Amino acid sequence: MEDYVVEMRHITKQFGSYKANNDISLQLRKGEILALLGENGAGKSTLMGMLSGLLEPTEGEILINNKVVRMDNPRDAKRLGIGMVHQHFMLIPAFSVLENIILGDEPTKATRIDYKKAASDIEELAEKYHLDIDVHAKVRDITVGMQQRVEIMKALYRKANIFIFDEPTAALTPQEIDQFIKILRALAAEGNSVIFITHKLKEIKEVADRCVVIRMGKVIETVQVAETKEETLAEMMVGRKVNFAVEKEETDKTKTVLAVNDLNVEVHGLPKVKDLNLTVHSGEIVGVAGVDGNGQSELIEAITGLRKIKKGTVELKGKFLQNLGARKISEAGIGCIPEDRQNVGLILPFTIAENLVLKSYHKKPASQHGLLNYKKINEIGRQLIKSFDIRSQSEKELAGDLSGGNQQKVIVAREISANPDLLIAANPTRGVDIGAIEYIHEKIIEQRNTGHAVLLISFELDEILKLSDRIVVMHEGQIVGEIDPRHTSSEELGLMMAGKTPIGQEG
Amino acid sequence: MHTKSLKGLTIPLISVLAGFIVGAILMLIFGYDPIQNYQNLLKGSLGGIYSIGETLRNMISLILTALGFAVASKAGFFNIGGPGQYLIGWFGAIVFTLKFSHLPAVILIIGALLCGALAGGLWSMIAGVLRAYFGTSEVITTIMLNYIILYLVNFAVKSWLASKGSDSSPNITTKANLNTPFLQHITDNSTFNWGFFIALAVVGLVWFYFKKTKSGFEIQAVGLNESASQYAGVNVKRTIIIAMLISGLLAGLGGAIDGLGNFENISVSNNLPNVGYNGMAVALLAAGNPIGIIFSALLFSALQIGGLSISVYSNTPSEIVDIVIASIIFFVGIKYAFELMTKKGWLKRKNKVVKGGAEK
Repeated sequence: MEDYVVEMRHITKQFGSYKANNDISLQLRKGEILALLGENGAGKSTLMGMLSGLLEPTEGEILINNKVVRMDNPRDAKRLGIGMVHQHFMLIPAFSVLENIILGDEPTKATRIDYKKAASDIEELAEKYHLDIDVHAKVRDITVGMQQRVEIMKALYRKANIFIFDEPTAALTPQEIDQFIKILRALAAEGNSVIFITHKLKEIKEVADRCVVIRMGKVIETVQVAETKEETLAEMMVGRKVNFAVEKEETDKTKTVLAVNDLNVEVHGLPKVKDLNLTVHSGEIVGVAGVDGNGQSELIEAITGLRKIKKGTVELKGKFLQNLGARKISEAGIGCIPEDRQNVGLILPFTIAENLVLKSYHKKPASQHGLLNYKKINEIGRQLIKSFDIRSQSEKELAGDLSGGNQQKVIVAREISANPDLLIAANPTRGVDIGAIEYIHEKIIEQRNTGHAVLLISFELDEILKLSDRIVVMHEGQIVGEIDPRHTSSEELGLMMAGKTPIGQEG
Repeated sequence: MHTKSLKGLTIPLISVLAGFIVGAILMLIFGYDPIQNYQNLLKGSLGGIYSIGETLRNMISLILTALGFAVASKAGFFNIGGPGQYLIGWFGAIVFTLKFSHLPAVILIIGALLCGALAGGLWSMIAGVLRAYFGTSEVITTIMLNYIILYLVNFAVKSWLASKGSDSSPNITTKANLNTPFLQHITDNSTFNWGFFIALAVVGLVWFYFKKTKSGFEIQAVGLNESASQYAGVNVKRTIIIAMLISGLLAGLGGAIDGLGNFENISVSNNLPNVGYNGMAVALLAAGNPIGIIFSALLFSALQIGGLSISVYSNTPSEIVDIVIASIIFFVGIKYAFELMTKKGWLKRKNKVVKGGAEK
């Protein structure tokens, strides 16, 4: 019998009559990186919930270092050396990195917390694992990437040797992802074992040794990553052939839909967008590539009327829209899939139907004479749920109860059904599963093919490269170059995003 | 709007029960008979036509101040200005009635109520404007506005309405009194007045406002998610101001009705009217639900009115009622602890669904 660090045997987890996990077995070896691949709702989080002590299995047993264990709560799991890094970080923003790391396990000298010892312990670990963290910074001041490293450090500090990551790269920029992957390798090299939940195939190919594919609560297959192609993984996950290629028809790109001239936006007196010029034509997808924080969010907010424009113009089909306010701008024909779907795109405690009319509740047919017509609203809801394939129980289900992919579909349905001349899509597929990605991409392409204009902002270079007709690169509030996606690579794009040697620069 | 009403009842019912139990335990400790006292309480509040009339009358301002608080909370604001808005509403109604006493009764009453309500609304709107344009915390501003209006009203009553040497305004003309002889006659001379029916109608209006109107929808949207509302094109600043305006209108109307139907004049006072604070408690117990506010106001009103008779029939101090009321609010306040406990129990029964766990 082989030695396993973790072995889960015939695990079944039942919620009422619903089997979230059905007879799942998996093994994790020492020093191994195991990927857990599956769509949203496949049962990955449930499975890891049991391994981290949040849930108890209905049937089956868990072995840690060849011993059957029972974990009643996350503390038991921690004691067994299991460290979980959640998708949403559990940090206290007002505390320093150091305080966050030691919270709950403070080393004491007499009765006082021994910060010196803690800091030196942490710095030692940081060096060993190449974790670049600033222990004295406040968590609210550090980047998402560093917050994740703090979470990893929290687990290391508690002497974890089994690491579970839940969608670790969902919120990271390409550079941060590279750094994260290096950390994973360092963890494994030191003899730790890693399980990471993901639906990004590229990362699995890059770093994982083996991959367990889960679909509808069952293990479909466990494969050696080196011997398996990305397409095969995707097919196993979704259960059917996945369409990776997009069909772009020839379109007429002569009409200018959006013209942004000399745009300047300031935030708290600091320039975020500087003298920016940008045009998007009908039948065209223009991709904006750039590292997070280089003015992309401010650009979108300025165009859609959420942020004041200091100088410059925004023109949609010849009409000037700058500083008109969000409602007038959206009614003029600009739709927007916002970056932050849960905090901006949706009102989670509202129903799906209410969210679907969030931009049209004030006019017929959703309302008349100041009164809402719920019959019509729910009818619109049912119709859009059907035509945009939103998986839900009914139009009266709360948006907050939907999976990420379906939440995003609600937004896509709302924005596209308004038939906008220009659709702005900001990270439209961040954190959603492959099925939904495929669907959302299809819808964006469909907009383009039917002669609408699309402005795509994304941190996923692959997405930008795949969808765009033209790519502009944004750096420090300016457009530093324009590239033809057919004649470039992620490497070249990455360099330009870092502000280096703009190749083939145009206006 | 979307709460499951049956499940929503558990917490208030448990809280009320727990409040009564705490009261009973205290009475036992200090040697009073809880069963006897609770019986007297029931008798004193609902045991006869007169006491029912008093209890229902006492509900009026509780309902209206509670509605006011609930409207502001729907927009995400904690309006502590109820007492001040109630006071200025009371003041406004009395001033109108005194100055226009020659008007026919119906017009005089309607004018006085509108004047009181509007005064409350405008007063509360100050906090709304400060919040919308300067981000000033409405908790601070409404508390401060309470004190400003308390002393302004005292000043105005003393130097303008009251005759020399008096601390009260003259009484209003009887034709403006909402406590009409007919109502006195059928309720054994209680202070029950027409304002009760106005309050019930306003409950219906507020319910309708949130359920059916565009403006009510906007208030809830802003209260639940301000950024999403802004993105969706809602005028957030205007919505905040409207919410605070309506909130103050309702509390002000409560004051106006009490002014015309109960007090019949206005006096200098050292304290802010308690009803403004009690209204917050009523709204909290009802979780802001307009229909729930009727029942919750009935309970609080019965406790207050019945509490008066506790000390009449026995030597138990009537303050025991305040302890019961405070305990109920305390238990409502720790509903999060209750929720956590139920959730934990749920987890033990292995039914907890984690994120991404059991989506169909």
